[in-house]
Amino acid sequence: MAARARPAAERVVVTGLGVVAPNALGAPAFAQALRAARSGLRAQKQLAELGFVCQVAGVPEGVDERAAALLPPDVLLASNGNHRYAALAALEAWADAGLPGPEASDPAHVDWESGCVLGTGIGGMDTIAERVVPLVDAGRARRLGSTAVEQAMASGVSARVGGLLGLGNQVTTNSSACATGCEAILMGALRIRAGLAARMLCGGSEGASPHAWAGFDAMRVLARGWNAEPERASRPCSASASGFVPAAGAGVLLLESLASAQARGARIRAELLGGAVNAGGQRGGGSMTAPNPAGVVRCIQAALADAGVAPGEVDAISGHLTATAADPREVRAWACALGCAPAALPPVVATKALIGHALGAAGALECAAGVLMLEGGFLHAARNCEDLHPELAPFAAALARPEAQAHPIRLLAKAGFGFGDVNACLVFRRWDGA
Amino acid sequence: MDRNAVYEKIVKILTPHVKETGALAALRPDTHILDELGVNSARLVDIVLELEDAFDVSIGDDEVDAVETVGQAVDLVLAKLRA
Repeated sequence: MAARARPAAERVVVTGLGVVAPNALGAPAFAQALRAARSGLRAQKQLAELGFVCQVAGVPEGVDERAAALLPPDVLLASNGNHRYAALAALEAWADAGLPGPEASDPAHVDWESGCVLGTGIGGMDTIAERVVPLVDAGRARRLGSTAVEQAMASGVSARVGGLLGLGNQVTTNSSACATGCEAILMGALRIRAGLAARMLCGGSEGASPHAWAGFDAMRVLARGWNAEPERASRPCSASASGFVPAAGAGVLLLESLASAQARGARIRAELLGGAVNAGGQRGGGSMTAPNPAGVVRCIQAALADAGVAPGEVDAISGHLTATAADPREVRAWACALGCAPAALPPVVATKALIGHALGAAGALECAAGVLMLEGGFLHAARNCEDLHPELAPFAAALARPEAQAHPIRLLAKAGFGFGDVNACLVFRRWDGA
Repeated sequence: MDRNAVYEKIVKILTPHVKETGALAALRPDTHILDELGVNSARLVDIVLELEDAFDVSIGDDEVDAVETVGQAVDLVLAKLRA
């Protein structure tokens, strides 16, 4: 069914954004950073000391100060970095949506109509590596105190947010590797569509920890050879791409039924028309780490169908595009899914060039970027692909964009393709009042 | 360390965990840590670890169970320091 034919109670809109990104704290700063193509990637001394091949990462800055100012003291004591990212992004999205903060409401009040799906890829690895393993192995488990469980457990980020905001609907953490953020947003949307919740805080969060990134370094999928030039290290679609740059942070979208948003006079930032998730079965060219192209194409086409959008209506694409060898295959899959010739592919943004690959938070941060670009009528520059991959030459018109472009876009397709050969694709529409 | 110094340090450790700020402002030696200050009982183990680190003492689980008020916490720490 075309999305706009759905009743208002089943249409899903974005009423709040929360961003904790390597290049910006807060959605307004993130919008500026996108327009300026500001990189959040820095040299990481600790990775050099540990002998990593990739010594660059994207870690949000100023978080501890902001958290100390905004989070209750007992929450601060019980939270690790991942929790702080998730909490700040969720609180921002909630306030951005014009909803009263926890301090403003009756402490006994539970919001039964609001929930959250906040995913993570790896979870509390810093807690596990820095506290649990050393203390347990030394026979001093008692020193873990009461906070190790909620920090280590994958659902810790959603539990943290649920408690901060008194959420009484579904409070859960999904996990589907690099598809996590987009999948979380679709899960929340479907719950709203089914009439099971009025509002869902959706997105993903990922902590910064060499222990979380070590496995990727060992697999040799992290960027190599760019340690002296961190801002040039994340090179989606480039001929000199050598792997992704790991990153951390959190992105949260407050999704709401259109009926609920209209009833309370909320400011609407975009509409989520629809989406799809699927997997490629790790067959047909797919594996644990590479997507089955047929699965990717099916996912994109299913997302468009769910959104009631014809392929030709897509104005812009926000790709998964991590700066690995998979980038050319992904671009070809988009063209195939949209049924268009290379020269006719809509403009493609690769936000990871600016913020690296934030794993469980990636899709959500990049969706937040997409909403900001829809609202602001611009596409951020295509950084670090001045040397376009030769296989992508036919797509140069869509990929090359040395500066931000003022470009009114109505429909944006966003996808994430994760380890496990799992796919998620969402379709957002600019909100023009109806 | 004198009683007052121990008391101040313990209040400082308890403060972030206190939900009832009114009761904290009107603190008495017999103020009940869980029932009046509204400290989450799940966090008592963390408070004990902080006390052990702050005063360089060791506190057993049984000894913790016997402490209900701020005054009793002060007594316990003082006894350990003097031992």
